[in-house]
Amino acid sequence: MRLYVPILVLAVLAAGFAIFSVTFGALAGPKRWNKAKLESYECGIEPTPAPLGGGKVPIKYYLTAMLFIVFDIEIVFLYPWAVTFNKLGAFALVEMVAFVVAVLIAYAYVWRRGGLDWD
Amino acid sequence: MTMTTLAATGALRYSWLLLAFPVFGAAVLLAGGRRTDRWGHLLGVAMPLAAFVYGLVAFFTLLGYPAAERGRELHMYSWIPVGSFQVNIGLLLDPLSISFVLLITGVGSLIHIYSVGYMATDAERRKFFGYLNLFIAAMLLLVLADNYLALYAGWEGVGLASYLLIGFWSFKPSAAVAAKKAFIVNRVGDAGLSVAVMLMFAEFGTVSFGGVFHSARSGGSGVATALGLLLLLGACGKSAQVPLQSWLLDAMEGPTPVSALIHAATMVTAGVYLLVRSNPILALSSTAQLAVTVVGAVTLLWGAIIGCAKDDIKKSLAGSTMSQIGYMTLGAGLGPAGYVFAIAHLLAHGFFKAGLFLGAGSVMHAMDDEVNMRRYGGLARYMPVTFVTFGLGYLAIIGFPPLSGFFTKDGIIAAAWDKGGTSGALLATCAIIGAGLTAFYMTRMMLMTFFGKPRWQEAGPRGGAEPRTGQPQPEPHMAGGSGGSSPRASTAALHPHESPGVMIWPMILLAVGSIGAGAFLITGQRFQSFLSPVVGVPPVSHGVFTTAGYITLALMAAGIVIAWAMYGRVPVPATAPRGSLITNAARRDLYGDAFNEAVLMRPGQWLTRLSVYFDGRGIDGLVNTTAAAIGGTSGRTRRVQTGFVRSYALLMFAGAGLLVAALLVVRL
Amino acid sequence: MSLAAATIPAPSIEYSQLAPMLIVFGAAVVGVLVEAFAPRHLRRPAHLVLSLGGLATAFVLTCVIAGSASIFANGSPGHNAAMGAVAVDRPTLFIQGTILVLAFVSVLLIADSAQDVSPFAGQAAAAPGSPEEREGLLAGLVHTEIYPLTLFAVGGMLLFPASNDLLTMFVALEVLSLPLYLLCGLARRRRLLSHEAAVKYFLLGAFSSAFFLFGIAMLYGYSGSVSLAAIASTVSSNTGSTTLLFAGIALTGLGLLFKIGAVPFQSWKPDVYQGAPTPVTALMASCTVVSAFGALLRVFYVAFGNLTWDWRPAMWAVAILTMVIGAIIAITQTDVKRLLAYSSIAHAGFILTAVIAASAAGLSSSLFYLAAYGFTTVGAFAVITLVRDPGGEADHLSRWAGLGKRSPLVAGIFAFFLLAFAGIPLTSGFTGKFAVFQAAVAGGATPLVIVGVLASAIAAFFYVRVIVLMFFSDPVPDGPEVVVPSLFTGTAVGLGAVATLVLGIVPGPVLDLANHAATQLFVR
Repeated sequence: MRLYVPILVLAVLAAGFAIFSVTFGALAGPKRWNKAKLESYECGIEPTPAPLGGGKVPIKYYLTAMLFIVFDIEIVFLYPWAVTFNKLGAFALVEMVAFVVAVLIAYAYVWRRGGLDWD
Repeated sequence: MTMTTLAATGALRYSWLLLAFPVFGAAVLLAGGRRTDRWGHLLGVAMPLAAFVYGLVAFFTLLGYPAAERGRELHMYSWIPVGSFQVNIGLLLDPLSISFVLLITGVGSLIHIYSVGYMATDAERRKFFGYLNLFIAAMLLLVLADNYLALYAGWEGVGLASYLLIGFWSFKPSAAVAAKKAFIVNRVGDAGLSVAVMLMFAEFGTVSFGGVFHSARSGGSGVATALGLLLLLGACGKSAQVPLQSWLLDAMEGPTPVSALIHAATMVTAGVYLLVRSNPILALSSTAQLAVTVVGAVTLLWGAIIGCAKDDIKKSLAGSTMSQIGYMTLGAGLGPAGYVFAIAHLLAHGFFKAGLFLGAGSVMHAMDDEVNMRRYGGLARYMPVTFVTFGLGYLAIIGFPPLSGFFTKDGIIAAAWDKGGTSGALLATCAIIGAGLTAFYMTRMMLMTFFGKPRWQEAGPRGGAEPRTGQPQPEPHMAGGSGGSSPRASTAALHPHESPGVMIWPMILLAVGSIGAGAFLITGQRFQSFLSPVVGVPPVSHGVFTTAGYITLALMAAGIVIAWAMYGRVPVPATAPRGSLITNAARRDLYGDAFNEAVLMRPGQWLTRLSVYFDGRGIDGLVNTTAAAIGGTSGRTRRVQTGFVRSYALLMFAGAGLLVAALLVVRL
Repeated sequence: MSLAAATIPAPSIEYSQLAPMLIVFGAAVVGVLVEAFAPRHLRRPAHLVLSLGGLATAFVLTCVIAGSASIFANGSPGHNAAMGAVAVDRPTLFIQGTILVLAFVSVLLIADSAQDVSPFAGQAAAAPGSPEEREGLLAGLVHTEIYPLTLFAVGGMLLFPASNDLLTMFVALEVLSLPLYLLCGLARRRRLLSHEAAVKYFLLGAFSSAFFLFGIAMLYGYSGSVSLAAIASTVSSNTGSTTLLFAGIALTGLGLLFKIGAVPFQSWKPDVYQGAPTPVTALMASCTVVSAFGALLRVFYVAFGNLTWDWRPAMWAVAILTMVIGAIIAITQTDVKRLLAYSSIAHAGFILTAVIAASAAGLSSSLFYLAAYGFTTVGAFAVITLVRDPGGEADHLSRWAGLGKRSPLVAGIFAFFLLAFAGIPLTSGFTGKFAVFQAAVAGGATPLVIVGVLASAIAAFFYVRVIVLMFFSDPVPDGPEVVVPSLFTGTAVGLGAVATLVLGIVPGPVLDLANHAATQLFVR
């Protein structure tokens, strides 16, 4: 059971933070409403009125999101390697270079095929 | 004397080549399509020739071994070697099979060569050669197989090739019908053979010759009798023996080289091969042996009578083929006394009958595909080579000493004579009468075709000679010249001529065989000592002349004289006279078709109707209910496939729950 | 935690033993570069060389590895490469070889652009029927990404059955699945159907992957390792929570059964097979099934090999349901690709009967069946690409009526494939069925075999129905046109037919090969 104590503590802390920030914000913040503030947040897309057939979201958003994930994951791999670089030596360096090259190839593909152009 | 079967060594290790050559030819010609039209016939001729050359090599290799070691087996492969189930497919080279190999490839090659000329103007010549090669391959598989299953595969293969070739000119309705008839009648026989193979597998657990013969000895006579009778049924179908004889006459609708190769020299003798190959089974059952002899004796008379009455030269020869195979079947039923002569007669017959058919083809070639002998006459002058070769074949078949038929047929008659008892006497009588009839109808054929006054000018428009059907109408686009189909010119414009060299030479070579084959095989007991390791030694051996032989010769002479009196001394009318009761019966194939219709077809139809009735109510009711139930289940179950991915996911989720539950429940 | 202080041993990787997979992945990566830098007109030829060359090289290397003495020295069943993550043993090599050959044939189909242009959409992103789509068509746009995508998928398929731990297996599963989801949506004709197929496949595939991952988590919880061998040894030492273990078996099993299309995880198969471009369907129906069966065999033989008595009843139920439902629903199908999808479900059930035997015979007969079935399937789908209406392939069965009269050769070959599916003697289907049923009987699953034979009888009915339709019905007026196959498709059809025939008549060598591959089972 003692194993779960830290998790419980974390859950209490998280809940406390959420409750505190929402409550404190509501109590302390100034209340000057406008239309944009009342809308729900949808990454810059107008959520209402709902367009016919669900509407079209420019595919660029998805491209950007996917690219972000690719480089995000690259960092996830790079970080632990950087921490233990001295211990892993040349083998890990070679493997990591291979990994980065593979990601770069994807990057090159995106770049050449116009994935980085917004318009 | 038994023979041990050893593994094939040396040159015999390549005996798969025998099959590979014609298979290759057939594959190239049939798959290659029109592209191979220009050189297809040459390839078609080369393949059986190559097989023949290898056959000779194999033959002399076998001769080089001691007699007891001449059975050589080449293991090809095991079909589905899973667990204990195993079917080994292999080739068996022994004196019996190599004799057939030489006959099939030798005579086959000659007929291939002949066909180059005969089919020269046919647009589909390449396809024809493709089918012929296919036939050679299947026939070789039939005789080389070392087990009944592979033999059955070859058996069906030759049936298929025969079907395709009889119906080669399928634009003629009669040819298409004949092909179908041959196929259907053969089904009956094939069913016998297939049941026999299944019975062997069920009883003995093997289908290899060695295994079956070994187990049959301890299997009791009941099984042996059943097997013998089933094999006889198979042989009757393929070899056109009574009561499954009716297809052979119609099979003459095929091109004449086909009639010569398949329906005279080789395929129709497969039944005799089957019986002789199965001699250890027949030896165990006197009932089966007796049945074989009875079938042979009845057929040899049946065919001879039909041969006497037919005006169509090919049908008359077909009746004769039936009759001669009857002799072989008779020999095959007589045990070791007859086997050697049956096979020897088969080989000799392969020569002279193929020669006779090729001669008939040559005559037809000259006479613009006329087959009615009443419109021939006096052809000896116009086509001397055909006349001489045909004449030699004629002398050989009637058993004129010292030509081939004399030695081989008399051997069978003598063996029947020696059998003794009532049955022996009856069989010998039939065989001797048959010899007389043979002499009669063959003489009649010679006289009507080559002697007398030419009758082709005096005759009016063609047609109506055969009581059966009208003249086939060829399709306009199939302007095949010698294709046995086109009455393109009026008879008045006929100019009989000798055939081209490519057709003549095979006839000459076959004539040489007709002269010498019998004497070569029988004198000095050459063939007997060669074949005896497989089929055993005859109990009594004769000189060339026996009592039965003298009687046979006398009857033969009588037959010739009577024929001369009827057809040589007086002019032959160009239209058939009314004829007696027997003649009319024989003209109609001794009512073979009527018999089939009355005894088999009508009751068959009744039985079908009856069974359809019960089938509809009972079995089909069950089957249909099952089918409907399955169909209904299918219709209901497929509703699960809604097309909505949400319901698929739900189904998966439920499945996951069930799977987890099932695994956990098992553990409890 | 003293992570910083501990020394970390550098892992070692046996590149030579992993060469086939590396080659395929490498070819795929180079393919991406081709897409990025090669001018448009050079892309297709470059991809062809890369894909076909890569697959052929990988196949040769697989054969070389299978023949290498060092891996199998001293009767060793194989070797665990890459720190135990990837197994190199005979069954795996057999499966990989099969996948490579089948993938090669599938790539031939994919590359065939002799008919109109290509079976693939010119511009997948353009909405069907939109002006953009028409513009793209006029501009002659072609997606050449299909080749690297295919290679990535094939690479994943090679890794999937070779994975010796569950995480590697999961990664392989995703690597093989993701490109397939995309490929499914790229059909040139009937694009909405194709899009629907891709989305369904993706959603359900993701769903099943989640189950698979969940199962892995449970097994990790049970044994503290994701390695198959470690799970097996925990099972033999009989420690840990059996609830976790069995839930884990069920959920990982689900993920694998989903990929082979076993009931009740089959629902995606008909929709996806129908909607996907036919060459991709051929790839999925042959290579993916082979690969997924390889993984299923490995997991159940290596990790759960000592638990056969526990998972057998559930697998029995799955096998019976798969055979029966696949065969029954197939009867009322009217689309030839859906028909083959259900037939593929039924066949998965037949192979499961041998998997359940959990013996060397079961393994070898499964291997043989997979190879035989793969060739027949690729050939059958290749034939389907040849029968065309003006609007694309004529998939509806009513359009196939009387095809035997119009085009006897194509109809004859298709009929031959159907007979092989039905398991008629002298086709590879018979040999395969015979082998798996024999193995199942030897494994004590006679009732299963009886069900299997009954299901085969039902299945034979709808195969024969198609043959009857083709040869004994009157041709439909303005029926589909049978195009003359190009070299690529012709080769695919020919290879399929020859393999089906040869494996039916002379199955000995391949059966021997499968037996040889299976005698020592998998490496642990």
